[in-house]
Amino acid sequence: MAPELVLNVVVAGVLTGLVYGLMALGLSVIFGVVRVVNFAHGEMMTVAMYAAAALFAAFSLDPFLAVLPVAAVFFLLGYALQAGIINPFITRPEHSQFMLLVAVAIILVNALLIVFGPDARNVQVDYQLESYELGKLLIDKARVFAAGLAVVAALLLFSFFRFTLTGKAIRACADNYLGARVVGLNVKHLYALTFGLGSACVAVAGCALVLLVDVTPGLGPYYTLLAFVIVIVGGLGSMGGALLGGVLIGVSEAVAGLLIAPSAKSMFSFGLLILVLLLRPQGLLGKRA
Amino acid sequence: MSRGRVALALLFAALAVFPAFAGPYALSVATLVLYFAYTGQAWNVMMGFAGQLSLGHSLYVGVGAYAAGAIFFHYGIGPWAGLWVAILLCVALGVLIGFLAFRFGISGVYFALLTIAFAEFTRIGFDHLDWVGGPGGMFLRVAQRDTWDIANFRGPPLMYYYVILALASLALLLCHFLLKSRAGYYWQAIRENEEAAQALGINTFRWKVCAVALSSAMTAVAGVFFAFYYNNLFPEQIFNISRSIEIILGPIIGGLGTLFGPILGAAVLTLLSDGITELLAALGWEIPGVKQVFYGVVLLVVVMFLPHGIWPALARRLKLDA
Repeated sequence: MAPELVLNVVVAGVLTGLVYGLMALGLSVIFGVVRVVNFAHGEMMTVAMYAAAALFAAFSLDPFLAVLPVAAVFFLLGYALQAGIINPFITRPEHSQFMLLVAVAIILVNALLIVFGPDARNVQVDYQLESYELGKLLIDKARVFAAGLAVVAALLLFSFFRFTLTGKAIRACADNYLGARVVGLNVKHLYALTFGLGSACVAVAGCALVLLVDVTPGLGPYYTLLAFVIVIVGGLGSMGGALLGGVLIGVSEAVAGLLIAPSAKSMFSFGLLILVLLLRPQGLLGKRA
Repeated sequence: MSRGRVALALLFAALAVFPAFAGPYALSVATLVLYFAYTGQAWNVMMGFAGQLSLGHSLYVGVGAYAAGAIFFHYGIGPWAGLWVAILLCVALGVLIGFLAFRFGISGVYFALLTIAFAEFTRIGFDHLDWVGGPGGMFLRVAQRDTWDIANFRGPPLMYYYVILALASLALLLCHFLLKSRAGYYWQAIRENEEAAQALGINTFRWKVCAVALSSAMTAVAGVFFAFYYNNLFPEQIFNISRSIEIILGPIIGGLGTLFGPILGAAVLTLLSDGITELLAALGWEIPGVKQVFYGVVLLVVVMFLPHGIWPALARRLKLDA
């Protein structure tokens, strides 16, 4: 096999992996703070992808511009979902939270099916056909832009948690729930804010990904599972781990698709998930609980 | 006899004579209810009794179905032999997963994700296993549907109804005795507080693996039933995570850890699903997805307002909790 072919596939895998990483970052942030596993994560992302596709179809709005309104709406919806429905569940057992989010996922998938039907949707912009040439490397422009958007969004989120007072307060809630309440933080508000931010991550990832793949309602569960694999591999609750895991899964799926069979590529991811769970359950970059 | 036992005996009698009054459609719905009552009971052993959340029970249904199905398909040997192969394989898988998970100290959400990972891994594996037809599926020969061919487990829908009724009843009896046995008390102790159970001298590792083994064996039987009832098997469908979710909805909605919860949950959910279909057909709203949205909303409402399921609330009201 030609080395430049492998290199091309690896580069494409890294770029797609960064978008996956942003999606997983949303899941990881929500779990790290709220301690609820969002089983509707991939479904939320397909909703964002449809939103971007619909805005493009209606106003020929480029997904890179659509990302602002879509992320804003997702932030509000995420906030409302946490404040209205999930907050009462934070002290309930895991299976109860699981059922709640599965119900949300079922509603989202089928609402999409009602509104958009089962056919695949996509956006067509002219730079999707162009590519950058670096020696023997051919890199899709759309993929570079998508990965760039993902990196910018991730950096914004990092700096929010690192430098703002609200970000600090959210980290305090994650570290010590009781302590956060003792010093007078409004934990429920901060939880809702976190879920909103996680949802906004998903929205940005969805807008970027709709440039790379066609979207159908059935993609939701697939992306939910993919997000799980990524955050477990990277470390549930670790922000850098989510991006690293995304890149790792993006590359390994791309290479496995090239070397074995495209349909067998996810088997590789799940195998990796099993190994990481058994050998390093805190994930590659996670801290031991 | 307590009110509960009288009610149960009446229910069993009603189900036994039910086919005499039911048409083919009602019979198929009742078969489905009993199937989910059975699989829910099997899952409940692991989660409801021992507190280990499995989100990958489609693994055991699929492996059980494919084991017995492939033996029948390739060698013409009926399921009475295949059943044991299916059970053996599923118990081996369950013990392997349980052993790995509990040895490495994986619990809660992480254990649940591990069970999903194994189910998905196996699903894609079967997609690439040509011996059982790969993604194109495996089809069991359908012949002589009028006579009861018990040896090959081929027959009219009525036969399958009575078989699944027997299975569901046996599972209920088994769980009834289990809950009052040494194992049942150990499991409940582990579920409520594992460290305390360990401090009392219970070998929690061994009893958790036992729960997984028993649950996977029971689910394997459901898989064999599934294979010979539906006659076609696709990895994409049988191992799908939504199949695992279907199995656990009944016990959670009905009442986790209770004996009657899985049965009630299966009945409520299946009848609800079919009822919505009928209602939408009557209203002329047959748009794909509408039914599932209603279903999701009902699920949401039940989980929000009845956190312990329907059965505990209902049993108190009807004074049937004995």
